[in-house]
Amino acid sequence: MSVANNESVAEIKARNKELIKEVLAVYPEKTAKRRAKHLNVHDAGKSDCGVKSNIKSIPGVMTIRGCAYAGSKGVVWGPIKDMIHISHGPVGCGQYSWAARRNYYIGTTGIDTFVTMQFTSDFQEKDIVFGGDKKLAKIMDEIQELFPLNNGITVQSECPIGLIGDDIEAVSKSKSKEFGGKTIVPVRCEGFRGVSQSLGHHIANDAVRDYVFDKMDPNRPAPFESSPYDVAIIGDYNIGGDAWSSRILLEEMGLRVIAQWSGDGSLAELENTPLAKLNVLHCYRSMNYISRHMEEKFGVPWCEYNFFGPSKIAESLRKIASFFDDKIKEGAERVIAKYQPLMEAVIAKYRPRLEGKTVMLYVGGLRPRHVIGAYEDLGMEVVGTGYEFAHNDDYQRTAQHYVKDGTLIYDDVTGYEFEKFVEKVQPDLVGSGIKEKYVFQKMGVPFRQMHSWDYSGPYHGYDGFAIFARDMDMAINAPVWKMAKAPWKDDSNSKLLAAE
Amino acid sequence: MAKLRQIAFYGKGGIGKSTTSQNTLAALSEMGQKILIVGCDPKADSTRLILHAKAQDTILSLAAAAGSVEDLELEDVMKVGYRDIRCVESGGPEPGVGCAGRGVITSINFLEENGAYEDIDYVSYDVLGDVVCGGFAMPIRENKAQEIYIVMSGEMMAMYAANNISKGILKYANSGGVRLGGLVCNERQTDKELELAESLAKKLGTTLIYFVPRDNIVQHAELRRMTVLEYAPDSQQAQHYRNLATKVHGNSGNGIIPTPITMDELEDLLMEHGVMAQVDESQVGKSAAELSA
Repeated sequence: MSVANNESVAEIKARNKELIKEVLAVYPEKTAKRRAKHLNVHDAGKSDCGVKSNIKSIPGVMTIRGCAYAGSKGVVWGPIKDMIHISHGPVGCGQYSWAARRNYYIGTTGIDTFVTMQFTSDFQEKDIVFGGDKKLAKIMDEIQELFPLNNGITVQSECPIGLIGDDIEAVSKSKSKEFGGKTIVPVRCEGFRGVSQSLGHHIANDAVRDYVFDKMDPNRPAPFESSPYDVAIIGDYNIGGDAWSSRILLEEMGLRVIAQWSGDGSLAELENTPLAKLNVLHCYRSMNYISRHMEEKFGVPWCEYNFFGPSKIAESLRKIASFFDDKIKEGAERVIAKYQPLMEAVIAKYRPRLEGKTVMLYVGGLRPRHVIGAYEDLGMEVVGTGYEFAHNDDYQRTAQHYVKDGTLIYDDVTGYEFEKFVEKVQPDLVGSGIKEKYVFQKMGVPFRQMHSWDYSGPYHGYDGFAIFARDMDMAINAPVWKMAKAPWKDDSNSKLLAAE
Repeated sequence: MAKLRQIAFYGKGGIGKSTTSQNTLAALSEMGQKILIVGCDPKADSTRLILHAKAQDTILSLAAAAGSVEDLELEDVMKVGYRDIRCVESGGPEPGVGCAGRGVITSINFLEENGAYEDIDYVSYDVLGDVVCGGFAMPIRENKAQEIYIVMSGEMMAMYAANNISKGILKYANSGGVRLGGLVCNERQTDKELELAESLAKKLGTTLIYFVPRDNIVQHAELRRMTVLEYAPDSQQAQHYRNLATKVHGNSGNGIIPTPITMDELEDLLMEHGVMAQVDESQVGKSAAELSA
């Protein structure tokens, strides 16, 4: 299906540039001028992708972005399993983020863990007019009584909280005191703040700093006996079990994982993280802030890693091991060698079915670059990619370590642009979110959800790669695509219709 | 029956909006007009002189107690006072919490939906201080108050507020048809007050419809929670309010779209009348000590 295969890089670049022009032509002049800065064709050797990012979306373009509340409640805080996260405000925000992002966890829901439950203050008109602080205090009392094994509470602010000026900090402080010093975290993640969910990640990171780290007694007794090999996994949300298939690799190479953020994570793990010898950071975009803070305040170094596909996994395991002694370095080699035959078998099975297939991606703040290696391990090629809420440092990483010369780059893509790009580039697979899925499937293009792994996963680690390869093959080579035929192209049928 | 007149009194906090409006409405009532007062101030003191008491049962306090505003009946919130003037108070949160502006919107919608405006000649909205947010602009938005009377005085800040309110009216004038009825000067006995008020009115493209002289009898009546018209109907001050009421009544359809001025123009106005000493650009931001040096 792809039209890219026989073209030279120069031809691809020219075609992509023409395509961008064509897309911009339909916009009003001012919109075209603004959108032009977010679209580009990558030139190899450049330090970034040549696009502007983290800028307000234009009204009316159907942006795919989320809000600050989504960044805090949906991404950073929501998966902390032993705390209760109150969606504070009218019911919709909590309702539509209920059950979270498939952040798997171990525990008994409703007893000692609460991730898939919804807690909301369900604001009514009178709460807007008279303020919701009393209601919030009452909810906290009820939570204490009904869920006594919760280890903490967070208040995830929806838009009206900031508009009417409720003092959630005061309520949190007084209730914390009343409940014997319980961790209660007010988070000012009102949806109207910032240009995307990205500011919500930052605000949530700051709340971890201010209400978890800064509230800890610096003289508290050590919660466990330290070892020189203690690490914390930061920025893995355990979607479909991603953190679990990552964690085992670190453990197999001789490290001890003392905390996981925030997928399958707990308040105690947050508190223990400053004791790690190294923070290993998966999602840079959403958790770099707190990683930098821990480096400055507690002297814990951090390193980014990528566990998608055997090439990147091996590279990352060696990078992580380089922070430790020979025992760990040998451990990393041992792990890589152990999984080598498994990976070879996976590639032997799927690569012949996927070789040369092209992919266009549009995801959040990390995967648009991180999954590229995994596709390449299967002989596939990413011909276009873009982020919902990346900043320039993400595009630098993308340009320097991931994308090929001539790749189409689209930041904060609009509904129209994405459809048009796919229509013209004709990739063999599109990887994006639920809102995009059916649009492209109806265009006859195979699709995988790359936020939720389309209810599959894990995709991280060696075990995850086997599932990733199977899922991509399943999407692209499903027989259904051969059966889909436009009625006007069916000759026998048209004759029959004419005869009638 | 004549067409329903919807009017509103706006002005700087403490300028005497509630006093002026209640006295004027009492006078209109003497003229046989049937009147509804809608207090849009969380303090709920817009109907105190008519009811002889501060209204306790505001729309929002009752709605909060009942669960929501849909659970209320009109008779729960409507009170009848002096000369059968009907009174409702929106009420709202205590200072510093919640959103009083949203409360005003809720209350006015409730009154409209429940037929509070049937069988009356005048609805008068009494709104707090300045137009601080969209909620307090509710009475000047579509299908609400059509004539705005700005209560002001010769003080700089009162004139500043009058100009700001004019900006608010201008904003909604084209979408909803709200007009500025005129200025009412509540005398503070500042320098050249009448001249200043008339100049400002002219700048805003309107007129000073009445200059209410200062008289202690207003204070006396107010301490007794009464309008001057009820407390001392034969006094000169009562006659002033009757004159103002006659002006308002005769002002139907004479409202204009205001032409608000800039802060600089407002300062120029004060300088023109010699209230403020001439100040040129070189003196801006300099202290007295610096200037005398």
